[in-house]
Amino acid sequence: MKDKIFKGLLFAAALAILLLTAGVIYVLVKQSLDVFHEYGVFGFIFNAEWDPRPETEEYGAWSFIIGTLFTAFFALLLCIPFSLPVALFNGEYFKGYKISSFVSSVVDLLAGIPSIVYGLWGFYTLRPIVIQLGVNAQGFGIFLASIVLAVMIIPYASSLSAEFLSMIPDTVKEGAYSLGATRAETIRHVSLPMASSGIVAAYILALGRALGETMAVTMLIGNTTNVPTSLRDTGNTMASVIANQFGEADGLKLSALIGIGLLLFLITAVINLIAKFIMKKLSVR
Amino acid sequence: MSDRVKFSNVKKRAAKDKIVFGLVCLFSFLAMIPLFLIIWEVVSKGYKNFNWRLFTQVAPSSMDALLAKMSGEPIPGGILNGITGTILIVGMAVLFTIPLGLFVGIYLSEHPENKFARTVSYLTDLLQGMPSIVIGIIAYIWVVKPLRSYSALAGSVALTIMMLPMVVRSTEETLKMLPRTLKESGLALGASYTSVVFRVILPSGFGGIFTGILLAVSRVMGETAPLMLTALGAAVVNWNILKPTSAIPLLIWDFYNDPNLVDIIWSASLLLLIVIFLLNWIAKIVARRWKI
Repeated sequence: MKDKIFKGLLFAAALAILLLTAGVIYVLVKQSLDVFHEYGVFGFIFNAEWDPRPETEEYGAWSFIIGTLFTAFFALLLCIPFSLPVALFNGEYFKGYKISSFVSSVVDLLAGIPSIVYGLWGFYTLRPIVIQLGVNAQGFGIFLASIVLAVMIIPYASSLSAEFLSMIPDTVKEGAYSLGATRAETIRHVSLPMASSGIVAAYILALGRALGETMAVTMLIGNTTNVPTSLRDTGNTMASVIANQFGEADGLKLSALIGIGLLLFLITAVINLIAKFIMKKLSVR
Repeated sequence: MSDRVKFSNVKKRAAKDKIVFGLVCLFSFLAMIPLFLIIWEVVSKGYKNFNWRLFTQVAPSSMDALLAKMSGEPIPGGILNGITGTILIVGMAVLFTIPLGLFVGIYLSEHPENKFARTVSYLTDLLQGMPSIVIGIIAYIWVVKPLRSYSALAGSVALTIMMLPMVVRSTEETLKMLPRTLKESGLALGASYTSVVFRVILPSGFGGIFTGILLAVSRVMGETAPLMLTALGAAVVNWNILKPTSAIPLLIWDFYNDPNLVDIIWSASLLLLIVIFLLNWIAKIVARRWKI
């Protein structure tokens, strides 16, 4: 009897996850219906106009979607030259050594620093440098936000990549060595190709992180409503426009912001599921 | 020979090998620099105001700070309202998360082949990847709107949704590593399923589960975005879970937006970093001590 109740409780808890997810999707869709009704799904997505003034009220998500993709992909690009060496350092060259556990703990601590502290660092330390470089007059913009985002996602990209690299059996690499390949050649022609899908999954997950990042980007991107076309431009991401404008929003504007939240949720969900799918396939093999 | 691997010039290849190794080391080293830069900035600017006042007084008003600044004195006040708010909001979130997260984790580890469990597992991944600002919107619609007030409770709900998937995952993964024989011998001795779970399985997995909870807490500790939409912030110490409440990251955000208050932004950040790194450190020790 007691066991039955307990098993029922366990099941109910699992069911709660199901209900929670269903509830999340339900409220996001329901609360954003107004805006999709007003402009149509594609009319909302592909409209770059965002004008909250009552006389000329008009809402479209396009400039924020572009801002989000722009910063996230540029950040991903910037993070590769650092996260890949860290992955090789920990998963290949110094696998199992003390120095590798030191490097990986240091890099993992980067993941522990709160977003808002990254924002402060970007504002007070990196922004003056960006101004000095002559990127733009104020320093704020896609460039600054992407640099900080790149640092933020290094630990996500590198620790998972390192794990996949370290899973490659030694015998395979020894095969390459015995044929006379150097270590660099073995990495280039054996380790990286073998771990490639795992590494790709790691970078997709890191991209998902970058897409949804809020505070640091909000503090650094400049918060302007326009479609950014170059790295010098200021802009807004989907997350940052919600963070900025949610507080005073009501009516159609609130609905539009929740609509952007729904789109952001869908984008990150698809990205994450692709990454998890790749990893599931790997673990089966 | 294939054009991909050239065996021609041994010296050149050996040199290339060394260069690659050097570059890997160099860029790995460069990747660690931001951490030290951030810590240096926070510590060097924050230690001056890191004193008793920080823990015993609430955040000053912009006016008081301006007056103190004009007369050349240090800014009065501290972040007491943020500290109590963080304790209240995170504490409640932990209370919500632990029972639910443990139960789901146990369920998933006990039914690895079950279709329903696999669905739940997928949904947990989905929740884990959900951006924190979206979680803020959800908690706003679920709690703030019906209660018609920003509240600590709404903040806790948001943080619970963030922590839940992390705790579920770490519990599930820890329990899956336990040998099956452990559970079977418990059952064979005639113990009920319930007592096997509470007396055998959970205690054996304690290290991994506890580590998971500590890491989840350290992750949500510094969350700002979801709290902006739910707890909002307050100028006074508030213990009423139905009223707007401040938190350390919310105060940092306020200070950032107010040029007069910038001086205590760093000591607040320093406190936040110390707590987060301490939690990470304890988690590491627990994981090592109670390794399966």
